Amino acid sequence: MAENKTEKKEKDVVIKVRGLVNGFGNKILHDHIDLDVYRGEVLGVVGGSGTGKSVLLRSIIGLIRPLEGEIEALGHSTLGDIESPEMRKLQMRWGVLFQEGALFSSQTVAENIQVPLREYTSMSQTLMDEIAEMKLTMVGLPPDAGDKFPSELSGGMKKRAGLARALSLDPELLFLDEPTAGLDPISANQFDELIKQLQKSLGLTVFLVTHDIDTLRAITDRIVVLVNKKLVIGTISELRKSDDPWIKDYFSGVRGRAALASEEA
Amino acid sequence: MTSIESVSDEPEAWFKFDREGGTLSLGGAWTIAESARLDRELGSLDLAGKGDVSIDASKISRLDSAGAWLVLRTRRALEAAGSKVGTFAVPDLYKPLFETLDQERPSEPHKLRIPTGLRGRLYKIGRATMHAYHQTISMLGYLGRVTVETGEAIASPGHKMRVAAMFHQVEETGINALPIVGLLAFLIGVVLAYQGADQLKRFGAEVFTINLLGVGVLREIGGLITAIIVAGRSGSAFTAQIGSMRVNEEIDAMQTMGLNTIDTLVLPRIIGLVIALPLLTFYSDIMGLIGGAVMCYFQLGITIPVFMRQLAEAVTVNTMLVGLIKAPVFALVIALVGCYEGFQVERNAASVGMLTTRSVVEGIFLVIVMDAAFSIMFSVLGI
Repeated sequence: MAENKTEKKEKDVVIKVRGLVNGFGNKILHDHIDLDVYRGEVLGVVGGSGTGKSVLLRSIIGLIRPLEGEIEALGHSTLGDIESPEMRKLQMRWGVLFQEGALFSSQTVAENIQVPLREYTSMSQTLMDEIAEMKLTMVGLPPDAGDKFPSELSGGMKKRAGLARALSLDPELLFLDEPTAGLDPISANQFDELIKQLQKSLGLTVFLVTHDIDTLRAITDRIVVLVNKKLVIGTISELRKSDDPWIKDYFSGVRGRAALASEEA
Repeated sequence: MTSIESVSDEPEAWFKFDREGGTLSLGGAWTIAESARLDRELGSLDLAGKGDVSIDASKISRLDSAGAWLVLRTRRALEAAGSKVGTFAVPDLYKPLFETLDQERPSEPHKLRIPTGLRGRLYKIGRATMHAYHQTISMLGYLGRVTVETGEAIASPGHKMRVAAMFHQVEETGINALPIVGLLAFLIGVVLAYQGADQLKRFGAEVFTINLLGVGVLREIGGLITAIIVAGRSGSAFTAQIGSMRVNEEIDAMQTMGLNTIDTLVLPRIIGLVIALPLLTFYSDIMGLIGGAVMCYFQLGITIPVFMRQLAEAVTVNTMLVGLIKAPVFALVIALVGCYEGFQVERNAASVGMLTTRSVVEGIFLVIVMDAAFSIMFSVLGI
């Protein structure tokens, strides 16, 4: 245990949250929370409905301004104006997959993937086409999906296309908001596998908000549980020993037990 | 302009190609920031030639998928140019990346969705024509269905008319439209009187401004302007309301509960608007005449009693009825198009906006077409 701690200290911190307070009106969602995300890890964020999982993600990427606290990603504060030049530099180094994919509906999938390339590089159209096709293959979509419009894709394909767009600038940091929500179990498993494989081959750091205990088991290194406006951080086995009633219920409820039993078997 | 190329502080990527020795060595940071430059430089490389080539990428210090793609593409180009790639040395760290990317890809050529040039034009015209044709058929079918449902509703004695919903629509489409319709009709009356007076003054026939105003407003303008405002105001609202219910699966829920959507959603709107629009038109006629009277008073010095006397000579009750008889038909067209387009909405938010726009355009278009048809009919009948 002691060894484990010193090892963690030497790790490179890519996201650093200190004393974060978030809330709407009179309702406080996050009460002075601290969080470190290390380079190369997959961090899962769980919590009941309305505990502010997505709010945490959105405040890290600068879409929501927190009431208090400091947030740094890749060594830069994300509290500034989201459209400022400093943020732009940061935004080139991360990719975000939103819940429904958030593809631009007026553009084809290939054009969607090329948006960041067109904006931030001086690549030739041929190279951009090649890269878009490569990203499609990477996320497991057929090449002809590139010519389709988002409205012609199923939910699972939209998420894959959204992932391809998030990966188009080869980011160091990937934010995923409920990547497997609304997918059938088989597609969800495939998506988990895909993220795991990409994370390994590209050396990504992944910040993952999810409800899905199978996803947590399959791909996360550490888990953050949002409970009582605070964070509880640990691995699955550490969290299973927790005394907190919500965490207990979560990991030992019927779904939780089934997912974890399959791991032990 | 911020670009990823300008903010990168990585060591430069380089490559050396020795055709004679058969080696391609690569090094530095092969990342997306360098890929535009590398793409140009690799493109100008002369790869032709026979013999073995070994690729040594072991000096690459950083690699991402864009860089890896360029390496793989160069290897494929070498093979295509007739060389045999013997050894392919990669740093261990980046082996998984190459494995991920170097999958056999089904390289079927993309089928072009729309042909280009003249054929493309013809294709688009043909597609639009067929679309318009299907749309007309489908809308006529819808009119038929609504008619049958209405007939059944009236004929069956135990039928519950949704009176509350109907009067809610009268309020929404009629009473709430009073300010805007009144103001616009008043202004149209002012404009018409002003222009008429200006022209007729040259013949010394200023007093006939009132004839122009009376006939113009009562027969045509009053009804038309009201119908156009209502198409923009209520036709669009019908499409948006029913459309968002479709997006929300509310329509599906109603149907599975055995509720008839025509009966519950469409009939109250149609009947409500058929009641409201003639009343609104009457109101608009009066406001238009008041606007004209005010203008005549200030522009021509015609007092209100003189105005009234001249108006009574110029128009009869029939003039107004000719205008009013068109209103229920306009109302039917507007409500029908609004509801029909609402049901065409697909389950995404963008489609609500698109069909709402279409509903307004079609509503106004059909109102004017109907108005022209009425004009022809009246002239044949000699009214």
